[in-house]
Amino acid sequence: MDRLLSIIAGVSLLLIAVVLLNIRRAHIRVEYSVSWLGAAVSMLALSQSPWLLTQLGHLIGVNNQPIALLLVVGALFLIVFFRFSVIISELKDANIALTQKVAILEYQINALHEKPQAPSRK
Amino acid sequence: MIAPSGKHSLMILIPAFNEEGAIATVIGELRQRHPELPILVVDDCSADGTRTVALEAGADVISVPYHLGLGGCVQAGYRLAFDLGFQYVIRLDGDGQHDPAYVGLIRDTLRTSGAQMVIGSRYVNGDGKHTSVARGIGIVFFRWFLALILRKEVHDPTSGFVGVNREALEVFARSFPLEYPEIEALVVLQRLTFRFEEVPVKMRARMAGVSTITAVRSFYYVLHVLLGVLVNILKYQGSKRRI
Repeated sequence: MDRLLSIIAGVSLLLIAVVLLNIRRAHIRVEYSVSWLGAAVSMLALSQSPWLLTQLGHLIGVNNQPIALLLVVGALFLIVFFRFSVIISELKDANIALTQKVAILEYQINALHEKPQAPSRK
Repeated sequence: MIAPSGKHSLMILIPAFNEEGAIATVIGELRQRHPELPILVVDDCSADGTRTVALEAGADVISVPYHLGLGGCVQAGYRLAFDLGFQYVIRLDGDGQHDPAYVGLIRDTLRTSGAQMVIGSRYVNGDGKHTSVARGIGIVFFRWFLALILRKEVHDPTSGFVGVNREALEVFARSFPLEYPEIEALVVLQRLTFRFEEVPVKMRARMAGVSTITAVRSFYYVLHVLLGVLVNILKYQGSKRRI
């Protein structure tokens, strides 16, 4: 039990460090790091607070603390993955709309360039 | 640039991906039969000379900067046609399977029937030839499945030889299924209480290239379309059905 809690605490700290490092290097935008940091901090808090873990175990009807912890960690990651699926879907929709718009605008610009100039009035 | 003319303005839309071997013949046949119709090819970032060949054959070409897939390409064409003010759009494939001889029939049915969509069907008085085994099984399955949902038989639900009027054009310009769009588009029409008609056509063998729907992808196709149909049914807001 203690070993599992220590491993989860270590993984949480590693995750926080990796996310912060990637924010610093501008590999992740701050708004998209919030989900990961929230999940990591929650895991760290649960692994370091037996009382909190017990309360949570009672809440979800699981008396075995390691199983309760793993369930909560799994649920946290599912929430994060779902959030990113929504974001990716929105980005894909925006990408398609932009791509179509670019293609249509390019076509219209080319057509304007090919259009013969009207004779100017003097 | 293509422009609508008259109150029954019609645009031909050809989505194309690596169709260098057939696109010139398709455009040539269309030009021969309907020299007055504007033809728009949407080139889906082909790796071959589809764009050049289509331009040389006399079509207008839109080239999307990265591969969007069939639905994305068709929607780009619908968007342009709607923005330019076309009343009707008839879509046919760039591989030569859809015979331009039937464009007139689809156009006339669109004008006279009042239906928002007209489908060229190889199974309404047609011979049903030039269909792979996997696709044939899929067609039979979806024919049965859609009859339950639409309460009207669709003989050829996967046909891409389709004409739409401006009402449907407006809807599809805003939102169109990205992959394997034909079946989902029918369910979208049902949600809006739009009507469709089928007219008999004969399909030909593709002139060049290979179909993107292989035996393995057929399985994914069925799952994807079923999910898409389910999502569209869930979106259905309830109204009197006219299909």
